[in-house]
Amino acid sequence: MVMRIKPKRPAPSREEVAICVRGLVNRLSGNLIHDHLDLDVKRGEVLGVVGGSGSGKSVLLRTIIGLQKPSEGSIKVLGEPIETLQGRDLRALQMRWGVLFQEGALFGSQTVAENIQVPLREYLHLPPALLNEIAALKIALVGLPPDAGAKYPSQLSGGMKKRAGLARALALDPELLFLDEPTAGLDPISASQFDELINDLQKSLGLTVFMVTHDIDTLKATTDRIAVLVDKTIKVGTLETLTHDKHPWIHEYFSGARARAALDA
Amino acid sequence: MTLSNTAENDTRAWFRTERRNDRLRVVFGGDWIIDEAATLDSSLQKLDLQATGDVDLDGTAISRLDSVGAWLLIRTGRALTEGGAHIRSLTIPEMYQPLIESLQREQDIKPVRVAREHPLTDFLVRIGKATQDAFQQGVQLLNFLGRLTVETVEAFIRPDRELPWPAFITQIEQTGVTALPIVGLLSFLLGVVLSYQGAEQLQRFGAQIFTVNLVGIAGFREIGGLMTAIIVAGRSGSAFTAQIGTMKLNQEIDAMQTIGLNPIEVLVLPRVLGLLVAMPLLTFYANIMCIIGGAVMCNFVLGITVPQFMRQLHDAMAFSPWSFWLGLMKAPVFAFIIALVGCFEGLRVEGNAESVGKLTTRAVVESVFLVITFDAGFSILFSMLGV
Repeated sequence: MVMRIKPKRPAPSREEVAICVRGLVNRLSGNLIHDHLDLDVKRGEVLGVVGGSGSGKSVLLRTIIGLQKPSEGSIKVLGEPIETLQGRDLRALQMRWGVLFQEGALFGSQTVAENIQVPLREYLHLPPALLNEIAALKIALVGLPPDAGAKYPSQLSGGMKKRAGLARALALDPELLFLDEPTAGLDPISASQFDELINDLQKSLGLTVFMVTHDIDTLKATTDRIAVLVDKTIKVGTLETLTHDKHPWIHEYFSGARARAALDA
Repeated sequence: MTLSNTAENDTRAWFRTERRNDRLRVVFGGDWIIDEAATLDSSLQKLDLQATGDVDLDGTAISRLDSVGAWLLIRTGRALTEGGAHIRSLTIPEMYQPLIESLQREQDIKPVRVAREHPLTDFLVRIGKATQDAFQQGVQLLNFLGRLTVETVEAFIRPDRELPWPAFITQIEQTGVTALPIVGLLSFLLGVVLSYQGAEQLQRFGAQIFTVNLVGIAGFREIGGLMTAIIVAGRSGSAFTAQIGTMKLNQEIDAMQTIGLNPIEVLVLPRVLGLLVAMPLLTFYANIMCIIGGAVMCNFVLGITVPQFMRQLHDAMAFSPWSFWLGLMKAPVFAFIIALVGCFEGLRVEGNAESVGKLTTRAVVESVFLVITFDAGFSILFSMLGV
């Protein structure tokens, strides 16, 4: 038996709450971004996070995935305290989530297939033939044509880059998926295809999805609950309850002309 | 009949085949997840799938299933079908049904082939490509030189648009004024080094006074200009490539063209002209600093006082009157090479940020190479002219 040096992935936790944020305070160069923010993301739900420009959506995402240390407060992701996690424990947690960055963040010097294989190679010992099969599987899963695997990111369109980024995020079959504006910059048809894709994957893989978005169509099509970042804290509700919220920004967001058009459709 | 991977404990993935009256039944169980994929893959490959008639795939004992596990199941099913069998049923736990269904919809999942040549072939191909690239690039650089010349002449004779003077002044400041500390310090130190090494050798003949000639002639003729060119190539040539390259990535160059601005005139011309002015001035300054370095060294180590140094330098210059001007004459040529290569590489940036880095490095290497080559050419030319 070969010694396992790479971390063994723990079985999925039975916890009901996938992400638990308590009393989060974030200050960026003196500016208060989040003021004692609490948030729970339930296992198996799709949570949409909305907010105006500069309301700290991206900061929240970066704090939750550990790219940025919070000024105060505690964050538990899949039951693990992210801000104190280090080394092997952190890697074990990182295997259980996938992150899709805004522009896909694909590694430019590698093909799409190689990009997808990066997490696989990092965490598992798999034979090359199987690695290629898995890459093809993920490429098909996100709806890219089979020949996309051999292409470099610079040869792909914006929508294809996002799909490829999603394929990489899904490489290890994570329990938790973070999406940063997945439909921004896509044409409406690609955007609604992307919504469907996320719905499909969420159902078939049983994912918990944390999605930062501006797109009201996406919110309507995919989310179970919506978290609105207003006044440096967060307000969670369903599309239904938030539409009737009295807060001026929320009211404007869900009752503005664009929102009405999307919601009435 | 049992084949490999029987259940050791309840989490390892396992499967077994049962054959009864030509009816094949494959039973799967345990965690069919990516962590188990390597072992599952190899044992599934070894499985004899030559079966005819009906086959049952029973996955009711599967405790966890992810997309890779589901793919392995589906792949096994397809291999059986290809072998002539008929899959009668595929049963898996209810909760994993959507996953299997969405994967089954994908008809053509074929392994992605990442083409990898033999390392030696690869190496030879790279050498060939690099050679071809080098030639092409030389041609392109000449094209660019031609275009720049034409557009410069046009810009000067065309009355309807003013030349970008503010950008020109900014370039002189950025490439010239801000380079003063580093050029000054390095030239001073080179003067020190030159006179120290010269004195060491010349002392043996009791000819240490000629250290002054060495520092003066070498400094004016070669070292000052060459050193300045190398520093400027590293400092400003690279900056040109990075600035223009970033603008190209950001589509700023495209935006300029659609507005009707000519990128050559707006971006390249001020840089070339700015450096053409800044370089000779910097070279002159470098020459002076080099002489000061030499003078300081001579004063402290050889005991040649500053007035003595100046008198000897004057004599040396009378003996070789062209040295100063020959050195200074080369500066505009070097300036032109550095600016031309820097802007040329910047405009070649394409695709991603990585290419900015690559071309910036290339701009520096190329301009230093060309500067030294031209310097060698000048040496030969001057010696033939006997100056």
